[in-house]
This record gives sequence, structure tokens and C-alpha cells, in this order.
Amino acid sequence: MRNKGLLVLGLVLLALPWLLPNPFYTDLVIRMAINAVVVLALNLLMGFAGQISLGHAGFFGIGAYASAILPSQFGWHPMLALLAGAVITGSLAGVVARPIFKLKGNYLAMATLGLGIIISMVLRNEAQWTGGPDGMSVLPMSWAGFEISGDKTWYWIIAFILFASVWGALNLINSPFGRALQALHGSEVAAKVVGVDVVGYKVTVFVLSATVASIMGSISAHYVGFVTPNMADFFHSIELVTMVVMGGMASVFGSVVGAVLLTALPQALTAFEGWETVALGAVLMLCMVFLPKGVVPSLAAKLEKNKAVDDDGLA
Amino acid sequence: MHFSQFLQFLFSGLTVGSTYALAALGFTLIYNASQVINFAQGEFIMLGGMLAVYFSLQGWPLPVVMLLAIALPALVGILLEKLAIEPVKGAEPITLIIITIGASLVIRGLVQVFLGKGTFGLPPFSGDQPIEIGGATLLPQSLWVMGVTGLVVVALWFFFAKTLLGKAMLATSFNRMAAQMVGINVQWILLLSFAMSAALGALGGILITPITLTSYDVGVMLGLKGFVAAVLGGMGSGLGAVVGGLLVGVLEAFGAGYISSAYKDAMPFVLILFILFFMPRGLFGGQATDRV
Amino acid sequence: MLKKSIFSLTRCTVLALASLATLPTWAQQTIKIGSFLSVTGPAAYLGDPELKTLQMYIEKINKEGGLLGRPIELVFYDDGSEASKANSFAKRLIENDQVVAILGGTTTGATMAAIPLVEKAEIPFISLAGAVSIIEPVRKWVFKVPPTDRMAAERVFSDMKKRGISKVALLSETAGFGASGRKETLALTQKYGIELVADETFGPKDTDVTVQLTKIKSTPGLQAVFVFGAGQGPAVVMKNIQQLGIKVPVYQSHGVASEEFIKLAGSAAEGVRLPAAGLLVADKLPANDPQKKVVVDYTKAFNDQWKTDVSGFGGHAYDALYLYVGAVKRANSVDKDKVRLALESTKGFVGTAGVFNLSDKDHLGLDLSAFRMLEVKKGDWAFAD
Repeated sequence: MRNKGLLVLGLVLLALPWLLPNPFYTDLVIRMAINAVVVLALNLLMGFAGQISLGHAGFFGIGAYASAILPSQFGWHPMLALLAGAVITGSLAGVVARPIFKLKGNYLAMATLGLGIIISMVLRNEAQWTGGPDGMSVLPMSWAGFEISGDKTWYWIIAFILFASVWGALNLINSPFGRALQALHGSEVAAKVVGVDVVGYKVTVFVLSATVASIMGSISAHYVGFVTPNMADFFHSIELVTMVVMGGMASVFGSVVGAVLLTALPQALTAFEGWETVALGAVLMLCMVFLPKGVVPSLAAKLEKNKAVDDDGLA
Repeated sequence: MHFSQFLQFLFSGLTVGSTYALAALGFTLIYNASQVINFAQGEFIMLGGMLAVYFSLQGWPLPVVMLLAIALPALVGILLEKLAIEPVKGAEPITLIIITIGASLVIRGLVQVFLGKGTFGLPPFSGDQPIEIGGATLLPQSLWVMGVTGLVVVALWFFFAKTLLGKAMLATSFNRMAAQMVGINVQWILLLSFAMSAALGALGGILITPITLTSYDVGVMLGLKGFVAAVLGGMGSGLGAVVGGLLVGVLEAFGAGYISSAYKDAMPFVLILFILFFMPRGLFGGQATDRV
Repeated sequence: MLKKSIFSLTRCTVLALASLATLPTWAQQTIKIGSFLSVTGPAAYLGDPELKTLQMYIEKINKEGGLLGRPIELVFYDDGSEASKANSFAKRLIENDQVVAILGGTTTGATMAAIPLVEKAEIPFISLAGAVSIIEPVRKWVFKVPPTDRMAAERVFSDMKKRGISKVALLSETAGFGASGRKETLALTQKYGIELVADETFGPKDTDVTVQLTKIKSTPGLQAVFVFGAGQGPAVVMKNIQQLGIKVPVYQSHGVASEEFIKLAGSAAEGVRLPAAGLLVADKLPANDPQKKVVVDYTKAFNDQWKTDVSGFGGHAYDALYLYVGAVKRANSVDKDKVRLALESTKGFVGTAGVFNLSDKDHLGLDLSAFRMLEVKKGDWAFAD
């Protein structure tokens, strides 16, 4: 069954380049896909493992800036910089994870929030490395001597990454690892009783989702060609969380939908000249009030209900 | 020389810390009554300042201006509860957070459209001649900020400790079902908590505007720091909120003065990470037990 | 279960893309000029009058018959003072809206984010931002109209030298203009014999700088304070300076060249000196000043339409627009390369910021004479004596 979802995703990704009218749209789709992968990883942490992270953009930013600073200021190869960014992020996440997960609920949210903000402030202030609040430009990614640039090339690379990530996530969820995650979301104490290493899993998922965010941050840096501290700031973290919740917590395809919707939204809202903020806020509120479980699960539930009615004609 | 510098930092810290304290109290009030973290709290502070500016530009006298600039945000708070929180009772905490974020965007956006994107000031309540104390200067307005905050804290203490309504609110925060069973109208308590929280924030906003100016987007950072202060003091503790607010303000000023002015805004967050690692429930949070 | 997911996924994607496809398609006759400005966010102070000016004068040009007989259409996006948004909107202007030129980039950050795009697309871009790094090194397609931060520092330092000031405290904003201004200032100290006895920074949204000023106040030998920033930050700085009782002369940059600054700082602004365009003292300019007519007309038109005072920033938008219009008229075409060459050959163009003389090596065209040293006297701009 889940193969059908993958199939549709694959077909859509293959068909899009022919359907999109101009490079601006390709650019938009690429941004959507990048967000989708980050949201997927974040959803593993939030939806499946049930932990809140209000500072995930910080990890994204570390990857982005690693890819910006290391090649241009230290002459590293971009691929190496990407890996370095991932390692730095993973290590940071690993170090803070244990103390952070001693906290519960709002305190956890606060700690992740604080971490994200501190990261974005460091990026903003250390101007001689990072270019300060206005950011810096990024050298193109290269692989085996070829420079990777241009919408078309990036589209295929990122489409592939997205496809692979969705496939990976679906498999992960149906593996023992995934089941352990869901167990600890259901009840940490019960999971512990059954022998699940709760803290270990939480740390693993946190590090995993942070590392993915970092890698996508690097990719985004090379694609856009430019990094700014905004990539790591509080608003971006909230955007990511909103994508998770709107799309559907604990829903793989929900993550993709959430990313698509929220990436397209600001562009579509420019029609509201002057009222963009109000419109965005209104959309968020309406979505959460009427579809509190997120777009995909709510629609799925509605269709299930209709299906039940159809099947046996009874209400 | 050094002592006057220290004093100067202390004064700045206490002044802005009082605003954080009011914001933190607002967060705590709502959290206690409804378990919701209201990310729109900062916007109430902004509304207080912006509305005060708007009404005073109409030429109305200060007491009227202040009354309106506190009453209207309280109304907005009630609307927020009715339209956005009540319909989704029982939703996941993160959903509620996003709703309040959406609400903060709507409020901010509306102010931006109707009151403009500019920065505005208010005339200080009793002049702007700085007062010299020990080589440092203190604005009379700072005294207003700290003084009124102090009065408010005392009034709130009185409200919760001595009045029936206050005790009813406390009861609701301890155990909603039990409160309902003894006849407390929990719905009203909820509305009241939002209204009070908004009023507190708005008051803080009005008081601080003559010093720090206001604009449609001051709410974001103020709200965040108020949240930090609330968590620092222990989510749910009123005393913690006030102490947390003052502490955040003062440590922010000292950090900026003695360590690095560039990281001024980061100080509260570094502080909270530190404190949370050693005291996971905040300063006054107390022990928690989980039902299994 | 997943059938529904697929269905909703497809439906949502289609809906999202469809909503974007509703972006209207424009008629071929109009000349589409693109603009991204910071109308909201910390730089709204600058971006708002810029937008108002562009809208006002494009309407005027269209009423008088348009440019080369065709109406000008302004395609505009608000980047919210964020460089990353500026980047994506520049992309949208170039690739989706297919504009023939871009006038915009309120902040240095926004401008720098768009430069790689305009260079790649080979489209004329006239920036409204201050940093000298925008036109140095000279880039083929990038122009700018505001005087640079380096020019501001030079003007301030030469005035300080005249008054015998040599020990200066620098207080700069961490964002774009302030940061690049600081860099330029530091580089010029030797040339003018100035010693920076303090070097503090503040954030664009800071509401209190008493901490930084307390440190400055206690610096021995302090003779003047130089503030480099734009927007409401510098106004807060003035108020704090007044509160702390700092009595030495204070200089600002042209980032505060707006009535807003005086209004916000109130009595604290009295006596502040800054290098600014003749625009701010339009009525006080002598009759034979080459800029007199342009700035007086602009001031009146802006006041009449928007009922607010003029600022240097709106003036930059005027300069950019008419610089472009002049080039198009001389090239008699909107062909990008022809316009670019025409821009580079602009001589004697009288704008609000000064008289412009561009060349292929100078994509700004202003020299230090464009800056007048002004002082705030009795709550209004006046010539410093």
C-alpha cells in the first residue's frame, strides 16, 4: 500500500519539469522539496517520538554556514564541508540531547528554543566568519570535478533526495526502531518497562533529525548560493514546526504536503499586498482549528468515514 | 566609576526586567488556567503601547488613554480565547502553540495595516529629567515602570490570596475537574485569565513605551523573553514569573555590559539553558510527578 | 489509507501550484520595472518612503504619456528587511515577471543578495542602499544612487578635524549599513588622524543602548560620539545619550536622514550633526544651488500627496527612477545593454542626493560635494556652521 504513495510521488517528481512554466516555479518546487526532507526528519522527532523541537532551524543553519564558510574561507572541498557540517551538528545534538531530554514538555520546548536562538545569534554576530546579519555567498557544490549549478541539475538531485528520504522514512517507521519510537510516544514509562531504552532512542532520533536538517541546510546553501542568519532563526524553526503540524504529525506524506503548502503560501500571499501577515496568521489559525490533526490525517479520516458510509450504506 | 557603571546596568536591567515580569505573569496566568502557552502574549504588550500612542494622538487625556489601551487588549484576549482556544479544547499542545502563533501574526498584521509600520513614542508620565543616583542616571519613567509593576504584583497577590474569585482561579489551575464540581464556572475563569493576562501585558507596554519606543513588531522579542522569564521562574508560579522577569532583565544588562553587547539578546536564552540543566523545573517550579 | 494520502498529496500540490499560476499575465505594451523594497521590518523607515515615491512618480510619468510612449508598470514585492526574501523576490521578478530593470534593494543586505542574480540575468539594477561594497568592485549591471557609507565617514571625519576632535567613540548597528559603515570608518581613521577610543555595537531592534553608552561615557579623553546606523535604533541612541548626560558632540550618518528621526529622538536630537543631501534643507538652499528646483519640487509633491515629511530615502527612489528614465530616453529603448551603456554615460543628472556623473568605472556618480554637513537646530534640519 505504501508503495502506491511512493509511486505517485515518483511520478509527480518525474513529470514536474515538463509541467512547470518557468524557472521561478522550478525554484519554488526545489525549495519545497528541501523543506520536505527537513520536515520529514523533524516529524520523526515530533510526530513519532513525540518530542518538541522549537529550534530545529539552528541545525539547518549550522549546515548551511559550514558549507559557506569552510570552502570560501578555508578552501575545503564543498562535499567535505557538508560532511563536516553534519558531523558538527550531530555532535552538538548528541551532547545537548541527554541533558535536554531530562526536561519535559514546555521546558523541553524552551530549551530547544533557546538553543536555536543562540545558534542564530552566533551566526548573526560573528561577522568576520559569517558575514554578519547580511550573510555571505556560497561557492557552488562540486562533485568529481563537475560544478553543480542551475535549476535543472539541482532539481533532479533534490528530487532524488526527497524520494529516497520518503522511502527511508516509511521503512524506518515499520522497523523495530520505528515501533520503539511509537512506543515511547505512547507512554514512556510503559516503554521503559518493556525494555525500550527510552533515553537512547530519544537521543538517536534527535541526532538523526538534526543531522538531516544540517545536510539539507548545506544543500540549500549551495543551491541558493547565499546564506543569511535568518535560515537559523526562530521564525524558520516555527515554520518547520508548522509544516509538521499542518501536514500531519506522524504522517510521512503529511510532511511533504505540509512543506509544499507552507513554502507556497508566502508566495501566494503576495497577492494580499499589505495584508500578508494577517492572511498567514488567519490561515494558520483556521487550519489548526478545523484540521487539528493536520491536513493529511484529517482528510484521510474524513475519507475513511465516507468510505464506511459507502461500504454498507449505514451512517 | 565602576560602582556607578554597575548601578547604571542595574537600573536598565530592573526597568526592562519589570516589563518582562509583567509579560511572564501573563504567560503564567494563562498557563495555569488552561495549560496553553500563549505565544501571542508579546503582542498584548505591543498593543498596549501602540494603542496608547494612537489614542494620545487623538488628543485624549492620559487616564482615558491608559484605560482604553488596557481594556481593548483585554477584549482581544477574550476574543482569542473564545475564537481560537475554546474550539480546539483538548488538542495537542503543539497545535495550541501554533494557533497562538497564528493569532500573534493576525494581531501584528492588523496593527501594521491600521496603525502603520512606523516607530512611535509616548511622552514620559512625569518629565524626562534624569535623576542622578550614585553616579548613574535613572529616568523618572523607570520609576513609574518599576513602581506600577510592584503595585500590580501586590494587587495580584491580594487578589489570589484574599478574594473569592482569585481563589477560584487558583482552584481551577490545581484541578479543573474538582473546581467544576464545587461549582466554579471554569469557562468564565478561562476568559478572565486571558483578559487579565492581556491587560497585564498591555500595561507593561504602555509603561515602557516612553523609554523604548514602540512599533508593530516589538511584541516578538518581548514575548519570547517573557516566556523565558516564566519558564525560568517555573511555569505556573506567579512569584517565579516576577523573579524570573527581573532576573532576566538584570542579567541581560550585566551580560551586555560586562561580557558582550552584541550578545545582549542571547543572554536570557543562555541563562535559561544553564538553569534548566541544573533545575529542570525552573527556580520555583517544585517537584513534579507523572501519572503513569 | 495511503490512497487518501496520495489523493490529498496530489490535490494539494495541484492547488498550491494553481494558486501560483493565478499570478496575472501582463500586457506586452507596458514597461515592467521590478522592485523589491523593505516596506516592513526594521528597515521599513527607509523602504516605505521609497515605495511611496516610486508609486507617485510612476503615476506622474504615466499621466504625462509614459516612457517612450508606453506606460510603466511597477512590479513590487516587500522583502520584510530580510536578505533571503530579497533573493527569492529578485528571482521572481527576473524569471517570472520578466521585468526589464530592477530599482530596489532598500538595505545593503537585500542588495547583495540580489547582485548575483542580476549579474547572471544581465539586467540593469539600481540599488537604493548605502554600502560602498555594492559598486566596489564595479559590477557590470549594478548601479546605486545613495552616497556611500565611506563618503559619510569621510565627511564626518573632515568636519571633526576642523573642530579639533580626534578621540572618537564609534557606536554602530550590527546590520548591513551599520556594519559596513563601521568597516569604512575603521579604514579611514589613519587618513584623518582620528583615534577610536571605543567601538561598541547595537542591534537593529534594540530598544536600549544605555549599557553600551555607559561604557562609552566612562572612556577617558572622549571628544565625540559617531553613530552609524539607520532606522529607529539611532533615535533610541540619542535618547539614551540624553538620559546619561553625555555632553560631547554627536555625529550620525545619513542613515537617519528623515524627519522621523527628529520626531522620535525629540529634544535629544538637538545639536546632532550629520552629512546629508540638500533635500533635507530644500527651503534653505540658496536660489542658485543646482539642486534647488529638483529638491523643492520633490518636497512639495511628496508632502502634498502623502502628508508626511520627506526623507533622504524617498529621495533615493526618485533619483533611481529618473536616472533610469533618463537613460532609457537617451538610449531610445529598454534594451538592457543599451540602457546599461546609457546609464554609464549619464552626466550632470540633478537628483535629490546631488548631481550625478557616472562612468563605466563609477556606478554611483556622486562625490563628496553631494553631502552637506547639517545640524539639528530647534527640531529642524539646518546647515552646520
